[in-house]
Amino acid sequence: MRAILTTIGQDKVGIIAGVSQYLAEHAINILDVSQTIMEGDFTMMMLVDLPQETDFQSLTAKLNELGTKLGVEINIRNEEIYRAMHQL
Amino acid sequence: METEKIMETVNMITNENLDVRTITMSISLLDCIDSDSDTACRKIYNKITTKVRDLVKVGQQIEAEYGIPITNKRVTVTPIAIVAAASHDKDYVKYAKTLDRAAHTIGIDFIGGYSALVQKGFQQGDHTLLNSLPEALAETELVCASVNVGSTRSGINMDAVAQMGEVIVDASKRDVMTNAKMVVFCNAVEDNPFMAGGFQGISEPDVVINVGVSGPGVVKAALEKVKGQSMDVVAETIKKTAFKVTRMGQLVGTLAAQKLHTQFGIVDLSLAPTPAVGDSVAQILEEIGLESVGTHGTTAALALLNDAVKKGGIMACSHVGGLSGAFIPVSEDAGMIDAVTAGHLNIDKLEAMTAVCSVGLDMIAIPGDTPATTISAMIADEAAIGMINNKTTAVRVIPVPGKDVGDIVEFGGLLGHAPVMSVNQASSAEMIQRGGTIPAPIHSFKN
Repeated sequence: MRAILTTIGQDKVGIIAGVSQYLAEHAINILDVSQTIMEGDFTMMMLVDLPQETDFQSLTAKLNELGTKLGVEINIRNEEIYRAMHQL
Repeated sequence: METEKIMETVNMITNENLDVRTITMSISLLDCIDSDSDTACRKIYNKITTKVRDLVKVGQQIEAEYGIPITNKRVTVTPIAIVAAASHDKDYVKYAKTLDRAAHTIGIDFIGGYSALVQKGFQQGDHTLLNSLPEALAETELVCASVNVGSTRSGINMDAVAQMGEVIVDASKRDVMTNAKMVVFCNAVEDNPFMAGGFQGISEPDVVINVGVSGPGVVKAALEKVKGQSMDVVAETIKKTAFKVTRMGQLVGTLAAQKLHTQFGIVDLSLAPTPAVGDSVAQILEEIGLESVGTHGTTAALALLNDAVKKGGIMACSHVGGLSGAFIPVSEDAGMIDAVTAGHLNIDKLEAMTAVCSVGLDMIAIPGDTPATTISAMIADEAAIGMINNKTTAVRVIPVPGKDVGDIVEFGGLLGHAPVMSVNQASSAEMIQRGGTIPAPIHSFKN
């Protein structure tokens, strides 16, 4: 299943490294990545591939923990929600 | 996908309070009818706890996987006045307690359907249910009740209107919260996922999932970007926003129905406020250009909003239903509360607003010594607006014993708080005491 991971917060050294390292350690493949500064905030989008049986409740909790450590807000959502809202 | 679109969704959820207000599982209890009420209640408890067993778990899974809050998980059932009629019990409190126990067991937020449909007259079960309404609501926590007293096809049952005034006064004396769980309708709908007025109509499938979306904060944020532009632009902006919000509701409903191995019914295209800052329908109307909701122009702005929400949402989902439109509950909307407190919004204006929006006089605290006949007359007025305009209207007023105009009442949680509002002091008693029926309007004859 494909999901979009968003990382938003104040720019500083090591955000991409921190997130990528976590994903690598948990065998989550990054399919696409883009990064920009929006309204002064570091904003990163990653399209990732997750195993079908992923437990989102525990993954979200762990990403929240990682976000707190890195000083950013990390969210992951099944990409279907973005498609549903923005594509016919 | 473009970064901007992804960020738009993230912002809607994180900063603008976008949520799915409710996933409601609607269940028929017709197969639980039994002449022995203990047997009927056992069947009801077993059916609900079996069919709804996974609703809360599935809701939480969808919340986690799609990152969209689902505020409430609810159940609606066949009106108990129909289900319990065969038992010939003297009251139906036992049924209400059964619903409450089942709701607690499965962990849902509310269960609706302690209801009677009496728009054209009473059957024995309807009498029994209405007589036991105050006790049933006072003795339970999660049970919601509704009574349909009128319709465009059948007119208004003024005997029921008169009785509901008495019921509301009686219920207020038992516990102030009882009336927050009860709605009096005209043209009640059979697939309403919202509370307190949700029940399952007898023409619905055995089990079906209905979804109610929300998002006043999202609409307000979108309108902030078109300040000063024409009303055409306002309408277009609301339509586009409503489309996106409804698509999300359609997705969540489809997923929930798949995971629960049941049928997906409808999306209720609603703007349902909460007391949270930035989640207010009143503030949308103010963003359109009113200094305060309740001033002149409010009805026009609300008419545009309600219509644009429907137009935007209708193409975004496979089936539309429920109440569909903007809700204007006073206590659940920070902007409405402020307007009442500042003296800009009164019951008369709210009544006018109900002619162009989704429901009716909703979550309005009134003085505890308001006569039952005055409450009945408020119900009659709302029912008349619904009957003549072919739309659902409702009354959920809350007389607060010991409180007077201007006092504040705390309901807590999603129900918020409300300033006690003044009602007209002139009596309506003689009209209410006439009873009988207001005949169906001429345009009801469509065959």
